Amino acid sequence: MYPDDLRYDKAHEWVRLEGDVVAIGISHFAQNQLGEVVYVDLPSEGESLSAGDVFGEIESVKSVSELYSPVDGEIVEVNDTLADAPETVNEDPYGKGWMIKVRLSDPAQLDDLLSAVEYEALLSEEA
Amino acid sequence: MRHISVTCEQREAMLRAVGCESVEELFADIPRDARFDRELAIEGGLAEMELVAHVRGLAGANTPAGGMVSFAGAGCYDHYVPAIVDHVLRKPEFFTAYTPYQPEVSQGTLQAMYEYQSMMALLTGMDVSNASLYDGATALVEAAMMAVRITRRRQVVCAGTVHPEWQSTLLTYAAAGNFDVAFVPSRGGAVAFDSEDVTSVLREGATAALLVSSPNVLGNVEDVQRAASLAHETGALLVVAANPLLLAVMASPGDQGADIVVGEGQPLGNAMSFGGPGFGFFACREEYLRHVPGRLVGRTVDMDGNPAFVLTLSTREQHIRREKATSNICSNQALCALAAAVYLSAVGRDGLAATARACIAKAHYLREALLATGRFRAPWDSAFAHEFGLIYDGDVTAMRDALFAQGFLAGVPLSMLGPLDRTGIDPGVADSIVLFAVTEKRSRAEIDEFAARVAAL
Repeated sequence: MYPDDLRYDKAHEWVRLEGDVVAIGISHFAQNQLGEVVYVDLPSEGESLSAGDVFGEIESVKSVSELYSPVDGEIVEVNDTLADAPETVNEDPYGKGWMIKVRLSDPAQLDDLLSAVEYEALLSEEA
Repeated sequence: MRHISVTCEQREAMLRAVGCESVEELFADIPRDARFDRELAIEGGLAEMELVAHVRGLAGANTPAGGMVSFAGAGCYDHYVPAIVDHVLRKPEFFTAYTPYQPEVSQGTLQAMYEYQSMMALLTGMDVSNASLYDGATALVEAAMMAVRITRRRQVVCAGTVHPEWQSTLLTYAAAGNFDVAFVPSRGGAVAFDSEDVTSVLREGATAALLVSSPNVLGNVEDVQRAASLAHETGALLVVAANPLLLAVMASPGDQGADIVVGEGQPLGNAMSFGGPGFGFFACREEYLRHVPGRLVGRTVDMDGNPAFVLTLSTREQHIRREKATSNICSNQALCALAAAVYLSAVGRDGLAATARACIAKAHYLREALLATGRFRAPWDSAFAHEFGLIYDGDVTAMRDALFAQGFLAGVPLSMLGPLDRTGIDPGVADSIVLFAVTEKRSRAEIDEFAARVAAL
């Protein structure tokens, strides 16, 4: 449910390091809480983000949530396939359901994020 | 609406429940000088028969525009409302319900709104229309705020020829700090889109929207196509405020490049009613669907495959998205919008176009007739539709008073509309300009008679 090679944040996003770029998505827990995802509103390539910035919105049949960037950096790629197939976020949250890729301004920020073990501990606390 | 008054016993019980000895104690926190501490200046009760006579007397002191030969417009127009409009509106199923809180059991209301939306989308040349907004002014502001959200920019450029009251509404919202407004003055009765007036304020990467009304508050037609290309060159959206009745014959804003089309819906089957209620309409291109404020009715099929209507995409709305909703002040005016839907159905495509053509032709006839009296001159030479401004050579108030006594509403003085400093009109003449609107209700005989009375002043 929570792959070891990812870092997580309290807003239920995950981050995967791919060279000097990170892919960002939402966790299994988040997609499960949202239910059937019907729309993902994502930003444009080239935009700059700071950690904590809203980079988009995700809408399910029952609610809407904002997507927060866990890191600082510039958006280098956006997953356009989610426009036509938003349910991919439910089906494959850590794979084809990725949302944006960001070139990190400060790779050290990853150390501040949670490990899979820490994230699962957080989830059980919240439960 | 029934009023069931509270009994003394109930009042005591309520006071006990909140732990107060008296009503006075309950209100103790409200400063004394903010309280009304006198008896209401209302005399004792009247018998029903006396009350009816009294209220009839009060009503009789009014002079409804519909009882005059009216050339007054400036945002609220004296069109004929077919009897079927009121007949449908007064059906209790429509008349008594405020909003369908359990929408899917209100299929009739939803279908009516769906048909309203479909007709407004056709008229405006847009892909989608919402189920209506509060009024034209707030619809314009909602469009500006939507453009701010979509573009993530915060400057809104507004034509100075938008109705001054709508400009005020825009500034009221802008005061909350989410966007700034720059105004573009007019030259010769309309905005000169190719002049520095516009190019100096439209900023690449900063302007979220260009707001234009056509016809504008002076009745003149703006170059919407040029406005669209200028806005789009800077990455801004073009918002056009239109008169929905005139859209039957004018080029649709959608075809001219508008991204959002809004306006006041009153001309479509809604009585003038001393200025309201009317309703705002709001339509846009499909790509902006999820940013639309207010309610949207959609058509789908139920579990048995029958056509059915639903309130759709409600995740945009405040009962789900709270403070992040696409609008938090998006009262829809379902009954007024329904009047528009019934009106449009009753007059039909050809009837609406014939009505618009009659208004425009009669307005042009009146303008010639007034110019021929020698008492008026033209402040500009702009193309106009069913409303136009002329400079009166004399005291505007005395002219209007004299004609009022003869049964004519002689237009609306421009100065009555509010501050004109942003319109770009020479203040020296602005106070002498009178706006005349002509609807299909005016006959040639009435127009000739009016011009003769003006000449005789």
